Amino acid sequence: MHLTNLFKIALRAINTNKLRSFLTMLGIIIGVAAVIAMIAIGEGSKQSIQSNIASMGSNMISIHPGADRRAGGVRQDASAMETLKLKDYELLKAEAKFIKAISPTVSSSGQCIFGNNNTPSSMYGVSIGYLDIRQLKVEEGDMFTEEDIRTSAKVCVIGKTVADNLFTKGEDPVGRVIRFKSIPFRVVGVLKSKGYNTFGMDQDNLILAPYTTVMKRIMAITYLNNISVSALTEEHTEQAIEELTTLLRQSHKLREGIDEDNFNIHSQKEMMEMMNSTADVMTTLLLCVACISLIVGGIGIMNIMYVSVTERTKEIGLRMSVGARGIDILAQFLIEAILLSITGGIIGVVVGCLISNAVESIAQWPVSIQPWSIMLSFAVCTFTGIFFGWYPAKKAANLDPIEALRYE
Amino acid sequence: MKKTVIELQNVKRDFVVGEEVVHALRGVSFKIHEGEFVTIMGTSGSGKSTLLNQLGCLDTPTSGEYLLDGIPVRKMKRRERAVLRNRKIGFVFQNYNLLAKTTAVENVELPLMYNSSVSARERRERAIKALEAVGLGNRLMHLSNQMSGGQMQRVAIARALVNDPAVILADEATGNLDTRTSFEILVLFQELFAQGRTIIFVTHNPEIAQYSSRNIVLRDGLVKEDVQNTNILSAAEALAALPPIEE
Ligand SMILES: Nc1ncnc2c1ncn2[C@@H]1O[C@H](COP(=O)(O)OP(=O)(O)O)[C@@H](O)[C@H]1O
Ligand SMILES: [Mg+2]
Repeated sequence: MHLTNLFKIALRAINTNKLRSFLTMLGIIIGVAAVIAMIAIGEGSKQSIQSNIASMGSNMISIHPGADRRAGGVRQDASAMETLKLKDYELLKAEAKFIKAISPTVSSSGQCIFGNNNTPSSMYGVSIGYLDIRQLKVEEGDMFTEEDIRTSAKVCVIGKTVADNLFTKGEDPVGRVIRFKSIPFRVVGVLKSKGYNTFGMDQDNLILAPYTTVMKRIMAITYLNNISVSALTEEHTEQAIEELTTLLRQSHKLREGIDEDNFNIHSQKEMMEMMNSTADVMTTLLLCVACISLIVGGIGIMNIMYVSVTERTKEIGLRMSVGARGIDILAQFLIEAILLSITGGIIGVVVGCLISNAVESIAQWPVSIQPWSIMLSFAVCTFTGIFFGWYPAKKAANLDPIEALRYE
Repeated sequence: MKKTVIELQNVKRDFVVGEEVVHALRGVSFKIHEGEFVTIMGTSGSGKSTLLNQLGCLDTPTSGEYLLDGIPVRKMKRRERAVLRNRKIGFVFQNYNLLAKTTAVENVELPLMYNSSVSARERRERAIKALEAVGLGNRLMHLSNQMSGGQMQRVAIARALVNDPAVILADEATGNLDTRTSFEILVLFQELFAQGRTIIFVTHNPEIAQYSSRNIVLRDGLVKEDVQNTNILSAAEALAALPPIEE
């Protein structure tokens, strides 16, 4: 085969009809650019969700009061939300073997005041283990102590946002007294900043205080909002959940096989999987749209190739008369179609990358251009070229040279 | 005795049109030897084009046999005939059939593009030589649409020469040209004849027969006349005798 010659012939045909070639490619360009950009955006948000969840602690487990509501089911009355007690926490802390740290959590939102400044924030009543579970670090000062918890001391550790909003004159927050819901708290430490998460939430707008203090002095409750736990390692998550369930059922005196759990336990891993599957559904949907535009692009190529074959009937007749075989003509038009679709693909990849970058810098969305999506686009383009170029090329190859030469 | 380039043995070609059968060729036999300049004449519908398509291996006989350079063509496959055309035949058409927006040299290269045994360099060299042979050595890079009818036909003749064919087939090659240019092209054909090329020239113009070495006349798909021309006129002299172009 004189494939190089056929390449030259096809290239020349594309070159002599630049505008039309470009218009033919346009469908492919748009299709490929859409695929690349969609995948980049989809993967980008997935990765950012993952890294966010990992930064929250991939071995984290949360225990919430009330039966599992994800399955639907009946609405539960308010008392169902008060099933987690301090004694549950103490039991789990003493008995559970697969956990590294555990903390009760009670939370309350309210206004926070220092001098003339005030800012809305949330106070979390927790134990010292909470820092480890949430991967928080105290940057200035110290965490409150076990002694503070025992005595329900009015001390707190504040997040960066709270510190910035309250201490606007550059004062050192440590040692100062702020008011949360009118109750004075002495600041003993400031947390290291974690920034915003994927969902746009400020992770630095929080105040940590001993859970005893928050339960007694702020909320006046005897139950817990939830219990946060970290498993020994990510691999121990399943075992830890099982153990926690057994211990809690004992503590709540639930009868085997009769009573349902009146609490529910989720791991961060589950959360991550849920988020991922949501992101995957989105990506798949976007990808479908993109694929449809690729097919439309392919049909565009087929359409133009048909017109081109008809228009060049005489040329095909001439080529045959000087010795082009059917297969030479077939190859010529097929190569032309493939070159068009691959060139369109290359331009599409470039445009797709540009769009992805534009989305990243203008809309501030996380994007991640995937090498595999580029490979996929090329594979699809080649296939599109062959598939949609085949019939026009076959039509050209089957022309009768005498008829073709006579064509006007 | 000169080598036989073309031999037709009772060649018939029928076309089935609906219920009817059209006998375009009813049994044509003749031999053409190397170095002959044959004109084929006949009225419209007499079967000239059908015969030329047979000779050019674009079509195969319904019955009878056609030997090109000793090779039987009738049972050949489409693919094999394409290769045969590529190596043994040079076509010259009435309407030139050049590739649009393409340079003269690339047009002439075309047949060699389908011959993998010719390298790109050799292809270019042979195309340039062919163009020089038709007097267009200074027009190599001119585009087909920048040339006059006579120049385009010269390019087409160069294209027919470039594969060094056994026979050159011309179908009304001067049909689209004015008298002067027609004679210029005829001069070129006579030069090729003088170099020993085998030429078959289909025409309806009886005048042209005077410049060839042999004349075959068709009528209703049969050879009516087949005469050698002992007194070949010189196209160059005829050209010189034409009245000068008015300024
Ligand atoms: N493809 C074809 N199908 C049917 N009839 C044809 C075909 N080609 C030629 N003919 C018929 O064959 C006869 C000879 O035609 P042709 O060889 O073109 O004559 P010429 O070139 O001498 O004018 C005509 O009657 C024409 O109608
Ligand atoms: Mg005719």
